[in-house]
Amino acid sequence: MSRLVTQDLIIDVPGRQGGTPLNLTIEPGQSWGVLGPNGTGKTTLLHTLAGLKPPRSGHVKLADKPLAQQRRRQIARQLGMVFQDRQDGFPATVLETALIGRHPYLSPWQMEGADDYARAEQALERLDVAHLRDRLVNTLSGGERQRVAIATVLTQAPAIWLADEPTNHLDLHHQSAVMALMAEQAREGQAVMMCLHDLNLAARWCDHILLLYPNGDACWGPKEHMLVPSALESLYRQRLAVVEVDGAPVFVPIKG
Amino acid sequence: MYRQLSLPLLLLVVLALSAFSTALMVGSASLSISDVWAVVRGDGDGLARTMVMELRLPRALSAFAVGGLLAVAGALMQVLLRNPLADPYVLGLSGGASIGALGAMLAGFGGVLMSGSAFAGALFSTFLVFGLAHGRGGWTPSRLLLTGVVVAAGWGAVITLMLAMSPAERLPGMLYWLMGDLSYARTPWPPLILLITICLVLVPLGRSLNVLARGPQQAAALGVDVRPLEWGIYVVASILTAAAVTTAGSIGFVGLVIPHMLRLLLGNDQRLILPACALAGGTLLVLADTLARTIIAPEQLPVGVITALLGVPTFLFLLYRSR
Repeated sequence: MSRLVTQDLIIDVPGRQGGTPLNLTIEPGQSWGVLGPNGTGKTTLLHTLAGLKPPRSGHVKLADKPLAQQRRRQIARQLGMVFQDRQDGFPATVLETALIGRHPYLSPWQMEGADDYARAEQALERLDVAHLRDRLVNTLSGGERQRVAIATVLTQAPAIWLADEPTNHLDLHHQSAVMALMAEQAREGQAVMMCLHDLNLAARWCDHILLLYPNGDACWGPKEHMLVPSALESLYRQRLAVVEVDGAPVFVPIKG
Repeated sequence: MYRQLSLPLLLLVVLALSAFSTALMVGSASLSISDVWAVVRGDGDGLARTMVMELRLPRALSAFAVGGLLAVAGALMQVLLRNPLADPYVLGLSGGASIGALGAMLAGFGGVLMSGSAFAGALFSTFLVFGLAHGRGGWTPSRLLLTGVVVAAGWGAVITLMLAMSPAERLPGMLYWLMGDLSYARTPWPPLILLITICLVLVPLGRSLNVLARGPQQAAALGVDVRPLEWGIYVVASILTAAAVTTAGSIGFVGLVIPHMLRLLLGNDQRLILPACALAGGTLLVLADTLARTIIAPEQLPVGVITALLGVPTFLFLLYRSR
């Protein structure tokens, strides 16, 4: 099974010494939320886990093999990444954009087949952007682009999802639709790890939480142990009020 | 999917063939299409035969190869730098080649020595730019681009200096070389073989290039080995440009305008764009060269003037129409 394991991992955040070595095990079926204030290295952590950035020390293992020893193509068949910022160098249509999710599975001489198109179209349907299929991505709104980016990873169908603020730019309805999709992926046996700024989305949809502090300290565990108001207040340096809605805690910042 | 790719390419092949027949028919003495056909079949009288097989066909083939090389190199540079303004010369390569060629002319060399000197100059400039942009820590597209632009400006100053110091009787030849001129081409085969080989090599890389055009991080996350691919593109584009410049001087606009025109018309799938660039770039240069040697015959114009005069308005029109 595709598990993602870190051994004494310290991520490379410029200008920060030390920090808690991370020994995480992200199992299939788990849904992790990464919380922390701006600039604590949430994105750096995801990039390190995806093998896009070397760690300062320690290892990341994917399916029991060190990430650094695996070929990118092999990694891309198991691990998908939703980026926070888009770099759309050249214009491409929405369908073409989703279709590149099939790249790791196709041999150099192979053209995309009917099956690949079907997967891409299904993913666009799922993210509610199928009606935009022939539009150029750079003419879309921020939220629409975000959904196209998620559809690309859904087309890639990885066993491990790393999503950097997947609800960025999304309206309320699509925020919960995307979180429901992530939860569904986890139920189906995929592992999901996402950076979030919205505590309430994390409280409702994640089962494990990793808290990253500005000085490099970290703690992690099942959400019941982590989403404690006192811990969150010191994490964000913000006083919080807690109410319960629908069986999940809702955190509201309060003055002072 | 293969059918979507083959229709535009088929059309471009037809265009290329008609450009070739025009190039073979038109000139100091005009031939009819049946004269040319007779020569191609192996009949035809001696004069027509010499004209077609020894003068016009090699020159048209050279033009086709150079145009194709420049257009493919331009398309590759644009993907590498993810910048639509990149062209084959953007990294100072033509400046280096020009210094080499003009230096050889000043020293009184011609022929193979001049070509070799131009090729060496082009490669020197390539490595210079890459080395300077690389510095400590890796290069980024914007750093590579800036280094290239500054080095090119430096070469420009040296070229002006060389022209200012050259004896008057050498000036016309030098100016023609700088504008690009196919009468320097001797045999069409090396650039033509290079063009065909590279197109075949690029076919299986097409989809990786599509992914790379989305940005290096996205490409890496989708399984592309970004650094080796970028290196490969850089080296290939440089060799293509160096071969083109060595054959016919620095011909402008083909490498910038052709990839853009094709993207506006055909979309941005590199598997289609790269072979289409080879065909369309070649066709444009065959036509431009035919015009260059006929407009004020028996005098010849530098072909770079024609490509610019044809390319600029066409490009602006397409850009204006595309919303």
